Amino acid sequence: MDLSTTYLGFALPHPFVPGASPLVDDLDMVRRLEDAGAAAIVMHSLFEEQITREQLATYGRLMATEESYGEALSYLPEPVDFHLGPEEYLEHLRKVKAAVSIPVIASLNGTTDGGWLSYARLMEQAGADALELNVYSLATDFDESSELLEKRVLHMLWSMKSAVSLPVAVKLSPFYTALAHFARRLDDLGADGLVLFNRFYQPDFDLEALEVKPALRLSDSSELLLRLRWLAILSGRVKASLAVTGGVHTAEDALKAVMAGAHVVQVVSALLKHGPERLRTLRQEVALWLEEHEYDSLAQARGSLSLQRCPDPAAHERANYMHILQSWRGVGDRV
Amino acid sequence: MGSRQKITVDGNEAAASVAYRTNEVIAIYPITPSSPMGELSDAWAAEKKPNAWGTVPQVIEMQSEGGAAGAIHGALQGGALATTFTSSQGLLLMIPNMYKIAGELTPFVMHVAARTLATHALSIFGDHSDVMACRQTGFGLLASGSVQEVHDFALIAQAASLASRIPFLHFFDGFRTSHELAKIEELTDEDLRAFVDETLIRAHRERALTPDRPVLRGTAQNPDAFFQAREAANLFYNACPGIVAATMDRFAELAGRRYHLFDYTGHPEAERVAVLMGSGAETAEETVDWLIERGEKVGLLRVRLYRPFSIPDFIAALPPTVRSLAVLDRTKEPGAPGDPLYLDVITALREAREEGRTSIDPRVVAGRYGLSSKEFNPSMIKAVFDNLREDKPRHHFTVGIVDDVTHTSLPWDAELDIEPDNTVRALFYGLGSDGTVSANKSSIKIIGEETDLFAQGYFVYDSKKAGAITVSHLRFGPRPIRSSYLIRRAGFVACHQFDFLDKLDVLEAAMPGGVFLLHAPYGPETVWDHLPREVQEQIVERKLRFYVIDAYKVAREAGLGGRINTIMQTCFFAISGVLPRDEAINKIKESIEKSYGKRGAEVVQRNFQVVDAALAHLHEVPVPAAVTATRCRPPLISDEAPDFVRRVTALMLAGKGDLLPVSAFPVDGTWPTGTAKWEKRNLAADIPVWESSICIQCNQCTLACPHAAIRAKVYEPAELNGAPEGFRSMDYKAADLRGLKYTLQVAPEDCTGCNLCVEVCPAKDKANPRRKAINMEPQRPLRDAERNNFRFFLGLPEVDRARIQRLDAKGSQFFEPLFEFSGACAGCGETPYVKLLTQLFGDRLLVANATGCSSIYGGNLPTTPYTTNRDGRGPAWSNSLFEDNAEFGLGLRVAADKHREQAEELLQCFGGGIGEVLVSGLLHPEAGEAGLRAQRERVVALRDHLRTVSGPAARRLEDLADYLVPKSVWLVGGDGWAYDIGFGGLDHVLAQHRNVNLLVLDTEVYSNTGGQQSKATPLGAAAKFAVAGKEIPKKDLGLYAMSYGHVYVARIAFGAKVNQTVQALMEAEAYPGPSLVIAYSHCIAHGYDMVHGADQQRLAVECGVWPLYRFDPRRVADGEAPLHLDCGTPKVAVRDYMKNEQRFRMVEKQDPVRFRHLLALATQVSAQRFAVYEQLAGIKVPRLEGQSEDGFARPPVPLPPPAVAVEAVKKEERPA
Repeated sequence: MDLSTTYLGFALPHPFVPGASPLVDDLDMVRRLEDAGAAAIVMHSLFEEQITREQLATYGRLMATEESYGEALSYLPEPVDFHLGPEEYLEHLRKVKAAVSIPVIASLNGTTDGGWLSYARLMEQAGADALELNVYSLATDFDESSELLEKRVLHMLWSMKSAVSLPVAVKLSPFYTALAHFARRLDDLGADGLVLFNRFYQPDFDLEALEVKPALRLSDSSELLLRLRWLAILSGRVKASLAVTGGVHTAEDALKAVMAGAHVVQVVSALLKHGPERLRTLRQEVALWLEEHEYDSLAQARGSLSLQRCPDPAAHERANYMHILQSWRGVGDRV
Repeated sequence: MGSRQKITVDGNEAAASVAYRTNEVIAIYPITPSSPMGELSDAWAAEKKPNAWGTVPQVIEMQSEGGAAGAIHGALQGGALATTFTSSQGLLLMIPNMYKIAGELTPFVMHVAARTLATHALSIFGDHSDVMACRQTGFGLLASGSVQEVHDFALIAQAASLASRIPFLHFFDGFRTSHELAKIEELTDEDLRAFVDETLIRAHRERALTPDRPVLRGTAQNPDAFFQAREAANLFYNACPGIVAATMDRFAELAGRRYHLFDYTGHPEAERVAVLMGSGAETAEETVDWLIERGEKVGLLRVRLYRPFSIPDFIAALPPTVRSLAVLDRTKEPGAPGDPLYLDVITALREAREEGRTSIDPRVVAGRYGLSSKEFNPSMIKAVFDNLREDKPRHHFTVGIVDDVTHTSLPWDAELDIEPDNTVRALFYGLGSDGTVSANKSSIKIIGEETDLFAQGYFVYDSKKAGAITVSHLRFGPRPIRSSYLIRRAGFVACHQFDFLDKLDVLEAAMPGGVFLLHAPYGPETVWDHLPREVQEQIVERKLRFYVIDAYKVAREAGLGGRINTIMQTCFFAISGVLPRDEAINKIKESIEKSYGKRGAEVVQRNFQVVDAALAHLHEVPVPAAVTATRCRPPLISDEAPDFVRRVTALMLAGKGDLLPVSAFPVDGTWPTGTAKWEKRNLAADIPVWESSICIQCNQCTLACPHAAIRAKVYEPAELNGAPEGFRSMDYKAADLRGLKYTLQVAPEDCTGCNLCVEVCPAKDKANPRRKAINMEPQRPLRDAERNNFRFFLGLPEVDRARIQRLDAKGSQFFEPLFEFSGACAGCGETPYVKLLTQLFGDRLLVANATGCSSIYGGNLPTTPYTTNRDGRGPAWSNSLFEDNAEFGLGLRVAADKHREQAEELLQCFGGGIGEVLVSGLLHPEAGEAGLRAQRERVVALRDHLRTVSGPAARRLEDLADYLVPKSVWLVGGDGWAYDIGFGGLDHVLAQHRNVNLLVLDTEVYSNTGGQQSKATPLGAAAKFAVAGKEIPKKDLGLYAMSYGHVYVARIAFGAKVNQTVQALMEAEAYPGPSLVIAYSHCIAHGYDMVHGADQQRLAVECGVWPLYRFDPRRVADGEAPLHLDCGTPKVAVRDYMKNEQRFRMVEKQDPVRFRHLLALATQVSAQRFAVYEQLAGIKVPRLEGQSEDGFARPPVPLPPPAVAVEAVKKEERPA
């Protein structure tokens, strides 16, 4: 079965790509992922905070105690090969690139239009084949309108596109007022791909300590639905390739994502749970399903259930909501 | 010889540069001010920098200077080129090996940043007392006086030692030269290779001990042989001066700088000549030149090679016209007919005359100067020459102090200024944390390396660690700078902290027409009105140009916090015009790139940003014609302070201690305690404010406070009468003291604002958990009210100690701290333990304190934190040395025991005469606070009785009666002491049956000297000398001590389990034998914000790297396992603990793969050790025969005093 696809201009044998995760921190794991048939590798993100905050914190921490006391002009050694943040990432990127022959997509994660974006260029130099701009932002600023927020992201994309000649995908959150319109603006600005959606660390509460603690749970298939809807809406309406991330655990999930319009299916939680070999199983099961259902290729299925093509477009829109609400009977109503 | 470059370095680097490149083995141990030489060598070796012959030297840190000397001795005997660096007491520890190395005629050079030896006090500063203690060892002593000379002499010594086979001690003045930044010409590797004769290296190697050519050294010799054999080396010493002179000549050919064994400069027909060595000679040369220009016939004889002392060369160097000589020693030998150089000069002149070598017969007077880096400036040197002109010059004089006791001192003209006008002089007052010194070091390098000007930078640091003040002295100009003294007249004065204007006379040195640059939170329109009257007067009277910048605003906007270094540096260049503005800015940026490039591009970018923004925020302030302020600088010390504090301490606090005469000082180094409370430092921007409605009265905040700046009291409600308005109190909630009031009070002017108290506070506002029972709020608006509140709080009665039934973390905090407001770092992890000790045992506490952080914040003048209670009792504290603290403390114990024993004997002798009940009570006091109080009352009764009895025995008992109240002896120190240099002594003390308590404040690193690894440094941590991360696990000192079986051992961490901390200290104290308590002490050397110190302590315990336990031998008698684990099985990953600290993070940042390996190892080792503890905690051991309930098999009970003694006392005893 022909599962081939194109993503960010790369011809890939199939759509399964390990998404940004700690999996790629380990070179052996990277090799195992390739062996399991990963079509490409998305590096974990280099965070804006990593670049700026750690540097500044270290600067503040180390420097504040230096040159103030005659017996100790400093308190920690000054190593020659001491890299704060990005260099380490770039070095790892180089090693990953050297270890595998599939495309390696580096990822930058941030919220502001700052100097950290210049690391895109360094990632290119370190051998990245493409970049994923992970726009990790919550609109918590009461003074920033949605228009300004979008402009900021657009400017980040522009800065990155200007800095590198690599394809750039933008990884989005679902929390935009006018996501379709925003996607088109990104598309117009030259985004080579859109990745739907970022999964945020979500705060949890510790009742005893009266503290808020960030928590990240692995995804499950239920999270796919939100993504299916937006893939379906965007599919065919933007030039950019589409990738799904979050909620793909089974072959069925993957098929749904492709039918909604995904060119690439990023998998993380399933790999964390079941190991890299899960990639192979997913691929085989998708192929089997397509064969059983007499598809010629995966391409035939792509976007088949998108807003443009699905038999009942309203199902993607408000009517769907109404329908489910009306059919909801509640737990106690079961007869 | 290749092209030599000009570099701007300090004396330490100048020495280390040559030492490193001309040696193969470097054994080191940190000691101020020579530590940077070892650190640089280690850093270079870590980066694989080769020596002149292409191999990377082996650098090894030892456990003490004695160890370093031993290792060097071995390496030399093994045929290696070896070197070491040291100072002061460290040098003394090397002396035994120095005799050996010299006796074996071994080529070797050690580099010494000469430092004062501890006598009546320790001092980290410079003089020649350490070097002079080595003049009998057989080492050559070569003195350099400037940074360039340090560099040159390091090489000359190396070559001369190889040629002469005499080992050399090359020395230069600690701090004044070791830490002075100067522009010098750097010797290239090619120079070094050309200058050091490889055939001599080969000869050295051929003398190596090797089984291939076996010989025997280190024999023992008998009366028949030793004497002759000792004289057999004479030829080498006779030849040595000639070899050094020839080497100096060869050096002149190589580098163009000419030196002699004795260098004379001055008038060719000088009648008055000063003889001295070291940096003082630089100042003397500058002064001699100035005096000659004014027609005086004066000269200077610099001693370069002090040992072997060449009499012919000395005589030849003196001008024949000399009529009087002043020989200046920078050391003091009490009781000697004169200090060493003087005695040598006298001997030389006498011998030369007797042997007919010379006919000159000058009058020779001895003088002493510059002890412990005391200023030695041109006016003092002029005073020396003026003295020589007298018919009867003062002999054995001192200069630089006012000796109003034995009247040795020469008067000098404090106003004399001989520095040329074309030398630019600039003074900068900064905070340690604001980067002022870094900025000035950068400026000096820029000026030194980018212009043709000569440049010098010298930096005066604080002995306080929190809120440390730095003063930078910068000079540059077209002529070589020989001014090795502080700037007293400056054309440019910058004050980088507005608050200093209220504390220091920053404009004291400002020259008329000069510039004053102030960093202030005010704009050019308003700043004037905020200046104290004194400052306005100085600005107006001296017609200063006044500039202001709000640098914090610029730094804050760029996210750089309090680092204003590059901003102020930009302003300095812009105003001073030493370089064209744009060029200066480019150079500053280059320097930023160089310094911070490694710390990350963002750091560089943001510093660029502030440099660009700085000038827009710099404003010249129009100076009004007249002073307008009515506000004067507030007094430094309260009028309520004791007389001594107002007379002596206050001057030292104002930075004017130099003005104090000899009579102001205690003669034997004995100082009053309780002085820190008079120094109101007002360091905190924010202080804790109590929210009583939320407070659960747990007192965790007061326990965690490193500075005793937040305190709790319980008291009768009636005591609130007269409380200031706003003084807060609440009902005390616990059952044992029901009905009392409770107050938590901050000392607003003593708090450092570290935030540790708020961080440990467990009580949160349920409606708004961001608010706790204490919250930080700006200090300034609260200062006056809280000052009054604190004063009232202090006046409230202390709790009756016997009423606190549960002595846990909470109860202990109602005891008055007798250690307060120390100069320790904000958020210090050591001082909460020290403070707690004083709360629990303070009124009967004897502290033997090893040298280190705790001896500095505990005992560094001008003020000290140990204090007394209302009865006048409190900790008695002393620091002996670094290496002998356990032995020193044992001595205190033995003395107290002996006194008590004798008092008990006398009591028994007196027997019924005193009263059976009283005697029995005194001999068998009850334990606990009530028992202590009862015993004190009995001692009073005993004294009352003894007053009615005459005879020497009664007087003896009166003298000793206080020892009937148990004394608590604590041996306190850091891990450098306990694990390394003092380990042998510690081991021996633990091996006794004496009731001593050892508190190890374990920061896992040499904190005081700047973060060098100790054997307590944990696996995986980076430290100096372990840049790549330590590979060997931390020594398990506790487990080792347990192996004795009779030692009480505890491991504590107040941030993890505060009650266990208190319990362990109480148990250790109560245990009648030796106790060892190892306390986790977070430290700035761990590389994170100390506000999280307690959290890290908790993580250390929860991940298993710092298991909490108490090993109590008394449990054996009860049939229990002596070891009790006070923490559960590790539940946090070791990584989660490590990731928060820079010392671990930097290993990861250097080499992630290596870090992963070390992390895995650390995890396994901590699991292994925990398993050992878990098993030990389950092991019951059989009771020893004769083992009593207090833990160990005691020797037989002491016999009653001999009958003859009883009879003697009886005879003496009669009613008075």
